[in-house]
Parts: sequence; structure tokens; C-alpha cells
Amino acid sequence: MTNIGTPLVNLKDISISFGGIKAVDQVSVDLYSGEVVGLLGHNGAGKSTLIKCLSGAYNADSGEVFISGEKVIINNPRDARDQNIETIYQTLALADNLDAASNLFLGRELITKSGFLDESRMEAETRKIMARLNPNFKKFDVPVSALSGGQRQSVAIARAVYFDAKILIMDEPTAALGPQETEMVAELIQELKKQGIGIFLIEHDIHNVMKLCDRASVMKNGKLVGTERVEDVTEDDILSMIILGKNPKR
Amino acid sequence: MNDTNSSKSANDKQESVISRFIAATEIDPRLLGMLGALALIWFGFHFYGVIFNNFGAFLTPRNLWNLSVQTSSIGIMATGMVLVIVTRNIDLSVGSMIGVIAMAMGLLQVEYLPQFVGLGHWSIWIIAVILGLIIGTVIGALHGWLIAYREIPAFIVTLGGLMVWRGMAFLSGGGRTISPVDPTFALLGGGPYGAVGANVSWFIGVLACIGVAYILYSGRQSRIKHNFHLRPMWAEAMLAVVGWATIIGAVLLVNSYPWPKGIVRQYGAKIGQDLEGTFISHGFAIPVLILAAVGIGMTILMTRTRFGRYVFAIGGNPEAASLAGINTKWVTMKVFALMGMLTAIASVIASARLNSATNALGILDELYVIAAAVIGGTSLAGGVGKIYGAILGALVMQSLQSGMVLIGFDSAIQRIVVGMVLVLAVYLDIVYNKRVKK
Repeated sequence: MTNIGTPLVNLKDISISFGGIKAVDQVSVDLYSGEVVGLLGHNGAGKSTLIKCLSGAYNADSGEVFISGEKVIINNPRDARDQNIETIYQTLALADNLDAASNLFLGRELITKSGFLDESRMEAETRKIMARLNPNFKKFDVPVSALSGGQRQSVAIARAVYFDAKILIMDEPTAALGPQETEMVAELIQELKKQGIGIFLIEHDIHNVMKLCDRASVMKNGKLVGTERVEDVTEDDILSMIILGKNPKR
Repeated sequence: MNDTNSSKSANDKQESVISRFIAATEIDPRLLGMLGALALIWFGFHFYGVIFNNFGAFLTPRNLWNLSVQTSSIGIMATGMVLVIVTRNIDLSVGSMIGVIAMAMGLLQVEYLPQFVGLGHWSIWIIAVILGLIIGTVIGALHGWLIAYREIPAFIVTLGGLMVWRGMAFLSGGGRTISPVDPTFALLGGGPYGAVGANVSWFIGVLACIGVAYILYSGRQSRIKHNFHLRPMWAEAMLAVVGWATIIGAVLLVNSYPWPKGIVRQYGAKIGQDLEGTFISHGFAIPVLILAAVGIGMTILMTRTRFGRYVFAIGGNPEAASLAGINTKWVTMKVFALMGMLTAIASVIASARLNSATNALGILDELYVIAAAVIGGTSLAGGVGKIYGAILGALVMQSLQSGMVLIGFDSAIQRIVVGMVLVLAVYLDIVYNKRVKK
């Protein structure tokens, strides 16, 4: 597969520093529709920080964001959502005291004509999407704090998928999951790819990267080491990019 | 992803009648616990009086009517305190705010407004109440701004507020007591004239009964529409009957408390009739109706609007709320502004009831309000709280207080008991939560 035309997302020369430390330094990455781009690197390499500039959690000090070739300004999570960018955070970002439906629609509640929350419709919609993503899910009337790790993860994924995301950011989506649930996430990623959604996948497990991603961008100490097509490199090449900060073949 | 439905259904058969009843009616067990505590307090004080004083004074229309009026001001503030505590904040300043708002309204009514519109003008009480509400909202918003946007901890901001507003209350009137307030204003505090009478009470009671029926009916319709689990018919019927019985009981109670002879004579003289020996019912006191309206409004706000949802989300996980695009600072500021407005309403009732404004009005109220919210099931860790719980909590606190006055405990013992009850209530809640989680 070759990427031609305008990328879905183009992050250009993004820099952000915290207290004099450059967390992200002049990094450029892009993402095409129907593509999965892995973001790799050590802890503290700047992957999550970079991606938070796209999801609106942080504001970059400099650099530009292009969505489908058009420059956009993303100041907060709401702006990102308006661009159909959805994020599944590593922490899942769920309000533990609320039930699945309330979390799924948090910040985007369905309301009735008279302006009140439409609880029934939100729960019905939640049942629909969960039936698709995780048919075993039955706990609709308890706070998400009462759910297992996998169930919580499926609520977080449902939230991202429900609102017709064009761009999906997944920050270590399988970190807390067992093998069976990891497989479920892998299948979901394949399905979303087919629908033409572009996915940024932050991932530590090199096997998952080789299996799920089309390209991999490696970061080290806030800088981009390089971006490679997964089919052109071996696991060892990527490991040395992560550890040594260079690709041995180049 | 592995639900344990099979093991759950096996347990069902062993469950007691009580837990099946709770499951079918979907009543919060904590509500039952609180009602039980309330019953214990009420009957306890009554029979203590019967045994030791040869007279049970607690369960009389007169005492319960007074209890309802005394609960109003704390209850109204407690509904706001629920929101404050749910968002992981605290407000220690409400008692002092009562004082400063009451002084402002008192001075307006007695010293400033009569200069412009004339003494006893009909608009005085309206202007005073509106300005009181504005002052309360502005003070609350100021607290909220310092807490949300300047990131000063709520404990510190409102502790400062506790001292600042009490000092302001003293300075504004030079330490004087402003009395009497405007006669129409005084009605908002209750008393024989500040109650709506028998017929209006019945009318309100019927409206409330229709409201209960409508809520149950529309809830059921909505569940049918979306194919959700339905309550069994007997449970629906029981909820309706209990709701109606409570409402009708309350109406009968307030209507069986007559005006005192002196007031009847005074009223008779005013309308030019001899009413000697006539039974004139109090009916619901106006402050109680204000509390009911505030309770309904706040419940709708918390459970049926985006704002309420965001308040809970911020309490559950502030970071998640912010990542979901919620403007958490603005919501926090609005919560404190609302708390300020409710404090102003409470201030109207408190000063109207005393028919005067003093700079000492509302001292220690913040503690009773926080205690009411906490006894009502609001978690100090944030994220959990119910409006009706806080109102019931206020009723529990006030029942304890006035019960001890009736049987002649002095104020030192009252404080000891109230303090211990607060700690005990929170402990029981912790024990209950642990058992539920198991």
C-alpha cells in the first residue's frame, strides 16, 4: 500500500516544552485514511505529549496541524472533537462514578426537545454500540468503577467509535488487557481501518506494532528518529531505532 | 468481559424479602436507613417526653410544623452544598454569608428603600429579596472564581470568607440589630400569617399527588419504549400509594395545627368579625414550600440537565471531565454562584423568621449544612450525593436539635450529641459502602 494524495493528518514541526525541557522537538508525522501509524519510543520519548497536541489536551508551542490539507487550530478537546478526532487515553479518562451511557455521551449528551438529558435514548444507543463491540457487556446500570478492566476499556472504545471518528488516537489500548481482550482490540482496529479511519497507535509491544501498523514513527528524547514502513523493516531495526536512536539500514 | 450472571441468579433465591423488595421498587437502601433513623429520633424523643415529663411533645402538629419551618433554611443550603461537595470542594462561608446578606436586606428595607419609595411601600420586599439574591450570587461567584480560576483551595477561600463576611455583617450595620423588617418580607419566614392555610395546602397536596402519578407513569412509558427492565406492577402501585400517603399525611398534619387564640382574635379584629373559638389551620408554611420548590428544582438540575451531569463527572474524575471537553472551571464557578444564591434564599427565610437582621445570624450554620449533606449520603471524596438525601439530612439534624430542646437538654449537651451523630452517620455510611462492594 502506498500513500498518495493529501494526508488525513499532517503534524508539522510540532514543539512543546515544559519548564525548559523540550518534550517534543520539531516533530513531523502524518497519517492517511485507512492507515495505522504506530508511535514508538521509550517512556518519556514524547509520544503521548505529541499526540495530546492533536487531541487538544496540550497546546503546542509551535508547529502546525493540517487535517485533510487544511490548517486547523486545536486549543482544547472540544476543538479536536469538532474535527472528528477521538482519543482513547491510556488512563481511559472515565468518570468512575457514572454509568456506561453517561461516560459514552460525556460532553455530548443527547437532550430532549425541552432541553433535558434524554437518559433513555442514551442508554438505548449505548446498548446498541456495546452489542456490536462487546456482546457480553450487560452492566449498564452500575458506575463504571464496578466494571472489569476489559469492560472499562470497551466503554472507552465505544465512546471513540460511536461518534463517527475520522481520526482515532489510541494510547496503549491493550496495556491493561488479557490476551483474549487484546485480540478483540486488534480485530476492532482492522475493522476500523476498513472503514477508512486513520489511527495513531501508541504501543510498546513490538509484536503488536508489526502486526497492526502500516507504518511506525519512532521518537527518542522528544525528537523523531524516523518513520518506516513496517513491511520494509525487521523488529530488530525498529528496536535499534528505539534504543540507539538510528536505523542501522540507513 | 465475563459477567457472572449465572452465579447471581443462584443467589437470588436465598435473598431475603427485604432485598427483593428493595430490588423491585429500586429504592435506595440508604433512603430507608435515613427514614429509619428519623423515625427512631422522632419516636425516641416523643416517648422520652411521655415517660419522664408525662407529656410527649415531639409528635404533635405544633412541633412538627415548627420543625418543618426550622429545617427550611438549612435544607435549602444543604441542596447547594451537595453540588459543592460533589465537585470535591467545601464551603465554610455560608453561615457568615447569611449574616451579611441579611444585614444588607435589612438595611435596604428599613433605612434605604423607604427614603425612595416611602415607608411600607409594596415593592420594598421584592427589591430587598432580589438584591439579596444578587449579593449572594455575586459573593458565591467571587469564591468560585478564586477557587476555579486562581486555583486557591476552596477550604482556604471559604475559610477566609467565613471571617470576611461576618466582619462585613458587623460593619454594615455598626453592630446594630435591624428590626422589624417589612411585613410582607416577614411572611417568607413562616408564622401564622406566613402559612398558606387549609385550602391552598389541599390544592398543593393534590398537585403533588398528580405529580407523583405522572412521574411513575412517564418513567414506565419511557422504559417500555426502550425495552428496559420494568418494575413489577405491585412495586409501582406501592410507590404511588406510599407517595400519596406521605403527601396527604403532611397536608392533614399542617392543617391540624390551629392558629393560636391571640392571632385568631387579632385577625378577627382586623377583618371586623368575631372569630372567637374558630379553628383556623396554619397549612404549609411559606418557607417549607420554598424548600420544596428548591428541592424539586435542584433535583431536576442535578439529574436531568447537562450541568448536573458535569458536576458529577468533575467529582468522579476531573481530568476525564476536562478531556471530554467540559469547561470544568466554569462549571465550578457556577456551582459556587448557585451556592451563594441558595444561601441568599436561606438568609431571606432566616431573617424573616426572626423579623430582624442581626450580624450574628447564621453562626455555625455552615457546619449544620455540611453535616446535613454528609448525613444525607454526600461523599466528601466527591462524585456522589443526592439532593433529597441532603434535605432529609437537614431534617435529621433539626429533629435532633429541637428534640433535645423539647426534653430540656442544654446547648452544651446538644452540641455533644450532634457532633457524635455526625461521626456515627459517616461511619455507618462507610460500613454500608464496604458491604455493598463485597
